Amino acid sequence: MFWEILLLLAIVTAGTGGELCVTRAMKTIGEVKEFRPAAVIRVIVRALQVGWMWLGLLLMAVAFFSLLGALSIENVSFVVPTTAMSYAAGALGGKFFLGEQVTRQRWAGVVLVCIGVTLVFIGRK
Amino acid sequence: MNSSSGLRFKTYVMILLMVTFGPLGNAMLGKGMKSVGAVSVRTFPDLLHTLRQIFTSGSILLGVGFLLLFFVANMLVLSWADYSFIQPASSFAYGVVALWGHFLLHEVVTPTRWLGVLIICAGVFVVGYTPPRTTEPH
Repeated sequence: MFWEILLLLAIVTAGTGGELCVTRAMKTIGEVKEFRPAAVIRVIVRALQVGWMWLGLLLMAVAFFSLLGALSIENVSFVVPTTAMSYAAGALGGKFFLGEQVTRQRWAGVVLVCIGVTLVFIGRK
Repeated sequence: MNSSSGLRFKTYVMILLMVTFGPLGNAMLGKGMKSVGAVSVRTFPDLLHTLRQIFTSGSILLGVGFLLLFFVANMLVLSWADYSFIQPASSFAYGVVALWGHFLLHEVVTPTRWLGVLIICAGVFVVGYTPPRTTEPH
């Protein structure tokens, strides 16, 4: 149980941190308006020149290997929904790290998600 | 199509791609890791052996491929939409991954767990009615 909780925490914290860093990098790049393969590749190359993107990728790699570790000992239908705890961390990060306005309605959605995750955890077999 | 409906349309297309590729990738990783077995890394050769097992598994490589497609869709949508909108809105993936777990990997999903997944999806609907962007574009 100790390792499961540790791995789930690593997935949530590193995964959320990674996504916040990637968001910051992509906001630096600006809105993507072209979706032809060459244009998408140009965007990826530009994104890889932003430091936040590399930090984001590093954190996501930590989250990825933690996910692999968790999946080796638990079912995917338990591990993946449990990682939705990152919603609370994401809303907080969106508000305080990226300066987004998280409305009451969004907070309500996040609370529902957290209740759902709790039930998934309780329904563990 | 005005800019607001255009913004919503492209946002929802990207979310659809994320909800398709993300759960499929996770299900494939789950399948691959089940065949690898519980990971126990005590020495450096253990680590190399485990990494070799992981990266020679067809299911895991396929899973990584799907997750890369998920990541590109995620990256593109985050260039215009709020993170705190995209993250919950893409949580349909949690329902989809439970379905894959049940039907593809034959996992036992208890009624309480299904209820939890449904409530997670309800959270998505609540969040889905908030505007996709609250910050000014750069």
